[in-house]
Formats: sequence, C-alpha cells, structure tokens
Amino acid sequence: MENSFNIIGKPVIRQDALEKVTGKAKFADDINEPGQLYGVMVRVPTVHAIIDEIDYSDLLQAKPDVIIVDSNDIIGTKKVGPIRQDQPIFSFDKIVTPGDVVAMLVGESEDELKSLAKKIKIKFTELPALTDPTKSLESNAPKIHPQYENNLIVHYPLRKGDVEKGFRESDFIHEESYTTQFVEHAYIEPEAVIAIPLEGNKGIKILGSIQNPFTCRKVVASVLNWPLTKVRIVQAELGGSFGGKDDTMNILSARAAVAALKIGKPVKIRYTREESILESYKRHPYILKYKVGCKKNGKIVAMKIDILADGGAYSSMSPFVTWRSVVQAAGPYEIENVWTDVRAVYTNNPYTGAMRGFGSPQPIFAQESIMDEIAAKLNLTPDEIRKINGFKPGSYTASGQKLENHDVNLLEVLDTAVKETNFTSKWKENKSKTNFNGYQLDKISETNAEQLILKKKDYINPNEQLRKGIGLAISYRGCSLGAEGIDAAAAYLSVQNDGSAYLLSGLAENGQGMKTTYTIITAEVLGISPNDVYYLETDTGLIPDSGPTVASRSTLMGGGAVKAASDIIRNRLEEFLRTEWKLKPQAQFLFKDGMVSLKGTDQLKISFKDLCLSAYKNGICLAAVGWYKSPEVNWDEHTGQGSAYFTYVYGCQVAEVTVEMGTGKVYVDKITAVHNPGKVINLLGAEGQVYGGVTQGAGYALWEQLTSAEGKIRELNFDQYLIPTAKDIKEIKPIFVEGKDIHGPWGAKSLGEPTLELTSAAIANAIKNAIGKRFYNLPINLEEVLLRRKLFPKDLKRGSS
Amino acid sequence: MIINFKLNGKEKSVTISNNKRLIDLLRDDLKLTGTKEGCSIGECGACTVIINGKAVTSCLVLAQQVDGCEVITVEGLADGDKLTKLQENFMKYGAIQCGFCTPGMLMSAYALFLENPTPSREEIETAIEGNLCRCTGYKPIIQAMISTASEE
Repeated sequence: MENSFNIIGKPVIRQDALEKVTGKAKFADDINEPGQLYGVMVRVPTVHAIIDEIDYSDLLQAKPDVIIVDSNDIIGTKKVGPIRQDQPIFSFDKIVTPGDVVAMLVGESEDELKSLAKKIKIKFTELPALTDPTKSLESNAPKIHPQYENNLIVHYPLRKGDVEKGFRESDFIHEESYTTQFVEHAYIEPEAVIAIPLEGNKGIKILGSIQNPFTCRKVVASVLNWPLTKVRIVQAELGGSFGGKDDTMNILSARAAVAALKIGKPVKIRYTREESILESYKRHPYILKYKVGCKKNGKIVAMKIDILADGGAYSSMSPFVTWRSVVQAAGPYEIENVWTDVRAVYTNNPYTGAMRGFGSPQPIFAQESIMDEIAAKLNLTPDEIRKINGFKPGSYTASGQKLENHDVNLLEVLDTAVKETNFTSKWKENKSKTNFNGYQLDKISETNAEQLILKKKDYINPNEQLRKGIGLAISYRGCSLGAEGIDAAAAYLSVQNDGSAYLLSGLAENGQGMKTTYTIITAEVLGISPNDVYYLETDTGLIPDSGPTVASRSTLMGGGAVKAASDIIRNRLEEFLRTEWKLKPQAQFLFKDGMVSLKGTDQLKISFKDLCLSAYKNGICLAAVGWYKSPEVNWDEHTGQGSAYFTYVYGCQVAEVTVEMGTGKVYVDKITAVHNPGKVINLLGAEGQVYGGVTQGAGYALWEQLTSAEGKIRELNFDQYLIPTAKDIKEIKPIFVEGKDIHGPWGAKSLGEPTLELTSAAIANAIKNAIGKRFYNLPINLEEVLLRRKLFPKDLKRGSS
Repeated sequence: MIINFKLNGKEKSVTISNNKRLIDLLRDDLKLTGTKEGCSIGECGACTVIINGKAVTSCLVLAQQVDGCEVITVEGLADGDKLTKLQENFMKYGAIQCGFCTPGMLMSAYALFLENPTPSREEIETAIEGNLCRCTGYKPIIQAMISTASEE
C-alpha cells in the first residue's frame, strides 16, 4: 500500500468548505433557541481583593424580576481546574485577577442587563497586587490562593550527569537571560455558548465554541453534581482556538448551564472582544536563564537552565505546559550534563494556560539564540554548531531517552533548509556588512539625552538604511501528551449498504481541518472518495471520551483511531469476499476508485457499493469503533529522567528579514519552514498549518504583546493588540521531509505546533545577522530594536476617549 | 423608522430603531448570520459587507445609513447553487480553516474585483489588510485571489 496511495499526500478540499464560503456554517452565536435569554457578567474593578459583601438590593429594587446567578446557585464543585481546582465558576471569597466574575445577570436584553449590573454594590477589601513573578516566591509576597502553602504552582527539576563537572571541563562558558511576553490567542471568533435544558429527566445540552467537549462535560457535570451522561456537549463550528477555548469555555458552559437549569430556559453567553481578552487565559511569559559550557571544537558539554513561568491567577494548564518545557528546554542537542529547573508561580496577572506551542516557543527562543552566540564565539556558522551537537539516530535526550524507532532526521531537515535557502553564503555576506557604529539609541537614558545629538560617525548612509539578515532555528518536539497523562482516542465508522459512510471521532474540529484528514484516511483504506464519507456532528453522547484536542495529537492519535476503525471494516469485507469468492485465507485485495478486486487479477472484482450491499444482506456488521492507544511512556518527577514521549518530530525554519535602521522596523521577507510531520495526509491542510503557524510565530517575534498597568490589561481589542495582517509577511515556503514511523496512520504525526515554535528564534537570529545586535526580550518591536526597551502609555486610556 | 434598500438583489423594507447597527439588522432581524462579529470596533473585518460596491465593516454602520443603498452579504455571492469563481478558488486553494473570517474576507475580495477585475498582488494584499485571519497566514487567501484575477 505504501507506494500506491490514492489520496494520501495530495491536496484535498476541506469537507466543510462549501458551508464556510456561503455563510451557512453555524458558529455558536449563529444558533438561537426559542425563548433563549442572555447572560451578562458582573466584575469587580480590582486586581486583588477580599470580597466582603455583594449587595443586590438596589438592583432588585430597580428590576424585581431580574435573574441573578452566583456561587450560591452551584450545588456541586464551586472551583474547577484541570490539575488544581483553584478557579471559581463565580468568585465568592476573593478576586485574584481583573477578569474574575462574581455573578451573572440573566434576561432578554444584554444592553439592559449591562446597565443594571452597575446597581450591584460590591464591598471589597483591596489586597496588595502581585504582578511581578520574580517576587512571587518571596516570603512576604501576598498569597494568591491562601489554601496553598505558597505561590509555587509547580517545580520540575531535571538532572542529567554532573553539570558542575561539565562546566569545569569546558573551554568556555556562555551565559544569557531572556524574557518572553503574555500573548493572546486572538481567535477571530469570541467565545459563545448556549445551554439548553432538556425535557423531563434528560439533562442538559450545551452548544458552543468548545475546543475540548469531553473536558467541558466533566467540568459542567461536576459543577451540577450530575452524572456525565446527563450533560451533552455539542460542538458548534469553532472559529479558531489555538489552545484557547478550553478552560474559559468550560467555565462559561458551566455558568450557562447553572443559569439555564435555574430558570428552565435556554441561556446564551457571548463575549465581546474586550471581555474575551480580559477573562481568557494567555501564553505564559517566561524568564529564562541559560548557562552553557562548551569545548573549543564546538561540542556542548554542560547546560544549566533556570526558567520561571508566570502562571497568573490560576494554575490551569501550567503544570503541563511547564512540563513540556522541562523536557525540551535543552533543545535538540545531545548534551552529557544538563541541570534544568522550571517553576511556575501564581501572580495577580491574567492566568496562563494552553496555547499553540505549549511551553516550547519560549525555551526555543532562548536556546536557539544562545546557540548562535556560541557559534559566533567559535567562529562557526549557525548550521555548523547545530550539526556538531544536533540529535542523530540513537542520541540521548536531556531526559535520558534514546531516540529510536522513528526517523531521527533532524540533520536532514536542517540540511534541506540550509541548501534550499543558500543559508551559509547569505549569512556570511550579511554578517560582513554589519560593521556599523551607528547611533546607540539603546544606551541613551533620560539623564544623558544630549547624546541624542548625532556625531558624524552616527549618520547612516542612506544606501545602508536597509540591512538584510538571515537566521535559522531548529527544534524537536514530543508528539501528543507524553507522560502528561492517559493518551488514547476513538473513532466510529458506520458504512451504509450503498457504500457511503458515517464517520465520527472523539476529537474536535477547531478549524485546523481534522475532519477532512479523517475522511481521507477512511477513504484511503476503503478505496472510496472522501466525498463518500459523511462526518457526523461532534457530540459527547455519541463517541467515547478521547481526551482533549491538543498537543498536535489529532492526526496521530485520532487519525490512528480512524484508521483502526477503517481497517476493522475492511478486514470484515475481505473476510466476507474470501468466503463469497472461495479464496484462500492469504488472498489479498485491492480497494481503489470505488472498486474491490483480488490483487493481481482482473477476473474477480466488485464495486464497493455492491460489496457493502451484499455484506449487509449477509448480516455482516459494517460499523466499528476504532481505538488507538499510545505506547507506555514514563517520567521520574525527582530527576526529570524518562521516556517523555513515544515519538518525536523535527523542524528547521530559516527567516530572511530586512531591518530599517532608522525606525527599527523589521520586514519579514521570507520564512522557509522545513518540517518532518511523519507522513502528510492532506497536502492542502499541511501547508495551511505551516502558513498559519509561521504567521503566528512572526507575530510573537515582532508585534504581539499583552501588557498591564497596575494589573489591568491595556490591549483589550485589536486596535492595540496587533496580530499580523495580509501585508506583514512577504513569503512563506513550506517544505516537508517525511520520515518513517511505526506510530500514527502510515507514520503521520504532528505538525500544528512545530510550525509556530521556531519562528521567533529564527527571526531573532536573522535580526542579529542583519544589524549585529542580539535581542533578549520578545517581542522585538520598533522600540526594542532602537532602544532595547518597550514604551507604553502610562494609563489605560484608549483612543480619544 | 422604515428603511428601503436592496439586499442581495432583492428589495427590502424594514422597520428599525434609530440606533440599530447594520450588523444587528442583518444577523438578528434578517437572520443572515453569515456576517460575523469579531471585535465590534472595525478592526477585524469579520463583519465586512458591500454597500454600493464598497467593502464596509457593518459593525460601524447604522442600519438607517443603508436606506436607498444596495447591500451584498456573503449569502448573496452564490447564484443559487452556482458559486462565484472567488468562492471556488477559496475552497480550492485552502483559503479557509476555521472559516470565521471567511465571509468578511470574501466580501473585501469581491468588492475589489467589482472595482478592478485584474488587481496586482499588492492591490490584493491592500484590499484584505483590514481583514484579520488567525489560521491561514493569508497566503492561501492571496493565492485564491490571484488565481481569480488571472481567470478574468
């Protein structure tokens, strides 16, 4: 089968494309139920406070029939969370971040409810706000959650070899610190959900922009104190997620459910962009310290890493996000001695959780920046230092895992990227042109502003105003959940007696094209067209819990389950044919173009359609549940050693930029993205992942940043939170170097997150190549390039208001 | 107040309140939910519709402003089951992922083609620079538009 794919690897149009180009696709806020009411949130204008009293009397006087829902309406769990249950559905004891919600008003008009909300009098006692994560662990730091001993959410150590001995044996040591910023997912569809109480004893149905229906079901059921079966989560078309419609949506669903059951009517919650950015979680800002010991020949012998992650007000996914960091922080390099500490702490900042990349973009920015600096010290090119230290088949990772049983093709991926971009000669040429005294704006402080008067040597020749740079970054990435938890997925396939088929998996379509990938897999196994496969609506009532749609695991795990289900049906059909055609048990068949034939002959053939009808008439079951379970992985919490993931993917991105010396503007000319996703299932979908991931990665590198003034977010909408537009990135070139693997459908693994994690590091290295300056703090925006610091307005004023 | 306008080729007469936004008239009153709301301040472009041949963000327009105008929404692009070349190319080149920006993106693109059937790449990028997309990195969208232009 390997060499004769019918559809696998070709570009296939999305199965949901038609409804999406005609405006017929139903997103959560496009769905309305008769008699539905709206929920509007009530928040407190503070960052950190004790709630003393919530007084509804003025509100009730103004509108006696207003429906108020708060913590007192919750029968089950009042606080939820994937690992630690520290996040309230409605805050009742404390406010720990400005997004917190104390109550929800329910009624027919959102506008009316919003003005009514002002009549609620909330008495609270302000507490000192903790916004600097470096102060979180100080003994006098305010405790964000008093039920825990301190503000430490998690600490992962990793100890391999003897790092001090490694430093002693090194010819030189290089140390640097880096920081990364808060980043918003910026899915274009804001959160929306509708909870519909069902008749009699049937429970509740929840329809929404929900990334992880099974996690959502678990949260809602625990809040209602109901069995799982009485909570049915149905996913509406999801307008982007990128890891972002998990915790927030589970909590919104729970609020809508509590309200809907209290009133006995459907309740819809839909967020404005401002509310979405205010309350939803972000990508973790990291502070990263790297110390690297190296031999003269370029071999790295010791690496010591200290990472502090700002978990914000709730633990959310912090323990899992930072776990991926501890596994991968030393990069795709074989290093004998590694000492890593990763800590996540509470602050009063917006909470941080899952976002595309999931704990990898931050350490990759640091580790790939420092690799270039080490190369510079040794007079090596960036690709040379990586070839010396990069993983080869049989290499051992920082956690002591031997890389085997898959194509460890990191160096092939690197080589492809270097050759494709003519990297080395461009890099050397650009570097030779960076000798420039220039004005040292970053050295100017307010006290020596007279230096702003340029000296003759400071003037830039107009011809040298634009500087070209090229830079690269490489990574390895563990596929799926790894030792984070149980890793298995299900798919349901029901072939009809006319040869068409229903398909459903327990993972969710977030816009990435998963349904199309799955229909291709079934179509390939059964030799039919993807158009013959009808993908059913995602509904927790119809399919086994398959875990969350995260960790770039859909193609690998869900795809594995779809293939398993398809293989079960194909085997049954083959068995039936052997009996019908009186063949030997070893007889082989060809399923292709809607026909099934005995391999190697034209004599025995039947259309797939007729075969299904015939099998059906003979009582053959043509429905099956496929199950795909990951192999065992293991992890020692104390030493950070173990087989963290059962397989890995490798990537290399090359960034080519132009830097405008006078303004600090960085133009992204081209990103060449070389990835090994295992096997490409849908070429159109795979390229789409690269274009999207690289663009988000460039936004992370150059523009995107969420900041706060005294704990309150400044950038609450797209006028201030800047994501890339159609004009910001000139060219993106995806290249796939496929590798063999025993896991996943035909060896297909992960792609979504690798595409994003490398871009910021490649751009940072390209900027250094262009202008000779190294930047340590993302994003590398205009001010950072010119001044090495960020400039912000002093207050929260927006526009002309 | 009562306004009269042409919507997707058909004459409409509707009674509205003075402060109703065009997006709310379309989505809530006329049940045309293809037009999306992403930011409510004219930054994301998801609510883009065409008014008298120009792409406009319908969250920033009062419904009464379209009195006497011709309005096209995403629902008005296809002629029954027959898609426009632009829609077909959006499908063919993978210009859609989650699809939430797609209606607005299509309307900005369509408005460009109404004005200029053979735009340059730069004109194409400028036409959609006010439409944010977080999934596709814009490249397949631009490719779909370039192909549409070359088929003219």
